[in-house]
Amino acid sequence: MVQAPEGVEGAGFFATSLEKVVGMARKNSIWPLPFATSCCGIEFMATMGAHYDLARFGSERLSFSPRQADLLMVMGTIAKKMGPVLRQVYEQMAEPRWVLSVGACASSGGIFDTYSVLQGIDRIIPVDVYVPGCPPRPEQIIDGVMKIQRLVETESLRRRDSAEYKAMLNQYGIE
Amino acid sequence: MDDKGLIQYAPIALMFVVAAGFVGTTMVATHLLGPKRKTKIKQDSFECGIEPQGNARVPFNIKYFLVAILFVLFDVEVIFMYPWAVNFNELGLAGFVEMVLFIGTLLIGFYYIIKKGALKWED
Repeated sequence: MVQAPEGVEGAGFFATSLEKVVGMARKNSIWPLPFATSCCGIEFMATMGAHYDLARFGSERLSFSPRQADLLMVMGTIAKKMGPVLRQVYEQMAEPRWVLSVGACASSGGIFDTYSVLQGIDRIIPVDVYVPGCPPRPEQIIDGVMKIQRLVETESLRRRDSAEYKAMLNQYGIE
Repeated sequence: MDDKGLIQYAPIALMFVVAAGFVGTTMVATHLLGPKRKTKIKQDSFECGIEPQGNARVPFNIKYFLVAILFVLFDVEVIFMYPWAVNFNELGLAGFVEMVLFIGTLLIGFYYIIKKGALKWED
């Protein structure tokens, strides 16, 4: 069960800040968009399966449209030709959005140090959490999702309106 | 309780009002309060990350519709046969004759469709 955030408690009432409530709600209802292009995707399937069961973290509802997705999970080698597609998917996601880069290929290009492979998705979109491994085990993916959860829970409601955040997006050429 | 008449259902009506009000309020509130970023790329239609091409509202061949609607028709017919098959022994001869009449009627329709050439894909 989800623990109530810190707050003032008394007989018949509980008060806390809106930010904590929103953070708690968002944290436990992250809808991932799986962008699975290779073997890390297979590990992700195991993560969603009954044995590892990502649904325990409130992420059972996969979204195959970016419109209802909170978390973009990039799993696998992203070829340079796939780059613009990934970027478009990211840009069309609902606000606020997070990105989890799963595996060596998505994080850095991995063993594919060639002309055709993007050397890490952070060259085109901002990444929140990296999961190392080739491919990472489902436990590692769950660890990554839990780190995302911590980010989601503690994020200020005004972060996405701040000048720093906008400057960061502008670095990637995203409005 | 008898003399109260319709007024005794007022709580139910109130519940419907509250339910509809809750749905309406949350839908409006999320649109007003939720964070959003309206850029041109975001407002574009989603085509799996590829640039959308042309208008989605183009005329389709009527044959798609015909095949689909005929499929639904005969699919539903088969669904009727399931409960009939389960109760086949209890319904006896009368049930069998009724089903034969039903299927026979649809078969006439099927014959008509074939003769009309509705299932012929290539002209």
